Amino acid sequence: MEKKEPLFRITKRGAIPWWASLGIRLIGLLIALVICAFIIFGITKLNPLKVYAAMWDGALGTNRRMWVTIRDTMMMLCIGLGLAPAFKMKFWNIGAEGQVLVGGIAAAACMLYLPKTLPNWLALVIMCCASALAGAVWGFFPGYCKAMINTNETLFTLMMNYIAIRLTAFYVAKWENPYGSNTVGIINSQSRFGWFPKVFGQQYGLNVILVLVLTIFIFIYLKYTKHGFEIAVVGDSENTARYCAMDVKKVIIRTMMLSGAICGIAGFLAVAGAGHTISTDTAGGRGFTTIIVAWMSKFNSFIMAVVSAFLVFLEKGAMQIASQYQLSDYISNVVKGIILIFLLGSEFFVNFNVRIRGSHKSEVTK
Amino acid sequence: MSIKNAVRMVDITKTFAAKAAKVVANNKVCLDINYGEVLALLGENGSGKTTLMNMLSGIYAPDSGDIYVNGKHVTINNPSDAFALHIGMIHQHFKLVEVMTAAENIILGLDEGNKLIDLKNVHTRVKDFCDRYGFVVNPDKKVYDMSVSEKQTLEIVKQLYRGADILILDEPTAVLTPQETQKLFAVLRNMKADGKAVVIITHKLHEVMDISDRVVVLLKGNYVGELMTKDTNPQELTNMMVGRPTTLNIDRSKPENLRKCLEVKNLSVKDIYGVLKLKDVNFTCYGGEVLGVAGISGSGQRELLEAIAGLEKLEPGAEILYTPNTPGAQEENLAGMSPVRIKNMGISLAFVPEDRLGMGLVGNMDIAENMMLKSYKDGSGPLLDLKKPKALAEKVVKELEVLTPSIHTPVRRLSGGNIQKVLVGREIEQHPSLIMTAYAVRGLDINTSYTIYNLMDEQKQKGVAVLFVGEDLDVLLELCDRILVLCAGQVSGIVDARKTTKEEVGLLMTHLG
Repeated sequence: MEKKEPLFRITKRGAIPWWASLGIRLIGLLIALVICAFIIFGITKLNPLKVYAAMWDGALGTNRRMWVTIRDTMMMLCIGLGLAPAFKMKFWNIGAEGQVLVGGIAAAACMLYLPKTLPNWLALVIMCCASALAGAVWGFFPGYCKAMINTNETLFTLMMNYIAIRLTAFYVAKWENPYGSNTVGIINSQSRFGWFPKVFGQQYGLNVILVLVLTIFIFIYLKYTKHGFEIAVVGDSENTARYCAMDVKKVIIRTMMLSGAICGIAGFLAVAGAGHTISTDTAGGRGFTTIIVAWMSKFNSFIMAVVSAFLVFLEKGAMQIASQYQLSDYISNVVKGIILIFLLGSEFFVNFNVRIRGSHKSEVTK
Repeated sequence: MSIKNAVRMVDITKTFAAKAAKVVANNKVCLDINYGEVLALLGENGSGKTTLMNMLSGIYAPDSGDIYVNGKHVTINNPSDAFALHIGMIHQHFKLVEVMTAAENIILGLDEGNKLIDLKNVHTRVKDFCDRYGFVVNPDKKVYDMSVSEKQTLEIVKQLYRGADILILDEPTAVLTPQETQKLFAVLRNMKADGKAVVIITHKLHEVMDISDRVVVLLKGNYVGELMTKDTNPQELTNMMVGRPTTLNIDRSKPENLRKCLEVKNLSVKDIYGVLKLKDVNFTCYGGEVLGVAGISGSGQRELLEAIAGLEKLEPGAEILYTPNTPGAQEENLAGMSPVRIKNMGISLAFVPEDRLGMGLVGNMDIAENMMLKSYKDGSGPLLDLKKPKALAEKVVKELEVLTPSIHTPVRRLSGGNIQKVLVGREIEQHPSLIMTAYAVRGLDINTSYTIYNLMDEQKQKGVAVLFVGEDLDVLLELCDRILVLCAGQVSGIVDARKTTKEEVGLLMTHLG
């Protein structure tokens, strides 16, 4: 019985230098763009290069578009920063969506009910704290149950999302303005109470400052603090954590509250710093998209900023080509999807080596 | 009787990409396996013995090289190919389905042409093998009811049932008592007489001398040489295995100034299913002596050490009385305390757990970070003190000769021996009064093992109490002062290591006396 070797053999790669891994990802991006080009041409007969130019134009073409892209990047980055501590602890928090929403509700409630005589900066501080607290509470429940009775955090946080969405719907109905519109409308559109002020003449300047501060904080928190060390150990092995006398339960609950609090602040950004309103779409699925951000950047805050920017760029660009060429949303989603698949797929080639049969005869040992 | 060749492996090379560099597990290794012969594949841990045999059983594929079975060139892509060539391997970790009976496990995955399973036929054939080679197997017994040695027998019968003529056993004696080992060897001799080819992977020299006809020695993936067992001696084999002339012995010092350090009373522990893993354990451990713990694996050794470290829930009535080695220290009852509380009382127990990367160390962290696992809370403020662990890491690397590219290499990239040195080094640097180690030398090469033994003896001379859980009885007899033997979670005896014999300890391991 003569057997042949299989056509492909897959082996684990050793460490490769950073430029090589970056190169693999860039090649992945390039291939994705080429394939998208064929698809775009095949379906629409448009010049793919023009379509790509339109994407660029849509995301960064004008000053205003650029700032909207930056604003949305900050929002996404903020959620990613919230997820990072939980994910590093291998606590699969997929409840960012809900944590953002309850943060948003808290911010909107402050805008509506705080005495309008307060100085705006103080109102913003109170709103920020309220949003963080609401998010922390939303993170506390799954964290507590995980720590005490080892519930499955994925299901738990997911279901907390639906509670948050219904809660938002309730408040939208309660705060409806004008009556019968079934929306909250722009809150305090006259007084601009609880709105982010312009910083350096930029409407979204404060968003950038706030999120950059959080970025640095999370970077230091995860890397250089005792808490961050505990998170890393618990994430690696709870047995090890118990062995070296860590209070595992405390770490889980504390980290989930932090995670929820930062996602809550993202809700504050969405309401006070961007939309000035609240609806069930305030989180807009970003709580889920951001999971990709957190993973692709391996929980490094600064890489997270780059990845967030890239995803928002894709989204804005896709919207632009959809409207400019009267294409349906789907074609832009196809482009977005293909690029993401190739980027995630290139991770495989970063970690594994694929050999084709018969190509390895030359391997010599010392 | 003329020698008939079963397997010929020529210039087999296999590399693995480790994180740091390529590791050559086998480098142009040549090997002959003959029918009617027991071949011992000897080498230290990590010398590539198991990798080489895994290529024969279809688990790995060689990068290059050729394999001939019965003179024909073959390519073995998966375990089914190996079966078809009548090659059977008994792995260190048994591949059995716990909830099935022996007979069911034997026919599992077999395609015998017809859809109906004829269990009666299985029984007869199993009985046939048992009579022929001297096994004892009850085909109706469930695997979860079996002892380790029964499971191993079942694995062998399973391979024979599938028609294996070439049997490979990976470290089969690691889990057996001396008595069980002798029984296994008797079976192997019967199989040899029946014309089967038997390969036994081992690093224990006395077993090589005892059972094998021929020895092939591997060192760091390279073929070192081949000898007829009757023409060699343990010293020559050691030298070949280590790569240079070596004398290995443990300098056992006399216990002096004994001082009570740990007294355990009525210790019982249940597992999550409510089964008693430790029952009424009582013993005292003295500073200045090494107390060995022997027993078949899974007799409660892990639970015993983890109970003392505060990681197990104890049954009521237990007392763990601990007296630190400092002047004027009070006796404290640690029973029922969590590790956090024990630590907050200022007590540091040194504990080298069995599961090094799953409990003692964090594989993804570097050596310096692992140094601060237990001390990261030192110093005020929320930030970590990174300087002291770094200095400690450098000290441990230097003093214990840890081979590592730098102290910033994640420990999972180190070899087993170096991982263990990092762990043991950290625990000793706490200047403890009590050191507990579980299988401290498992997976280590001979030199590192002896480094660890002598470190333990050094600690003992400093007045530290050493609780040493081991599996190699020869070592326990050479290293320890007293040996506590566990049998099914109970203390079946505490013997003087200088006066007892391997047979006596082996008997205590299986019988409550």
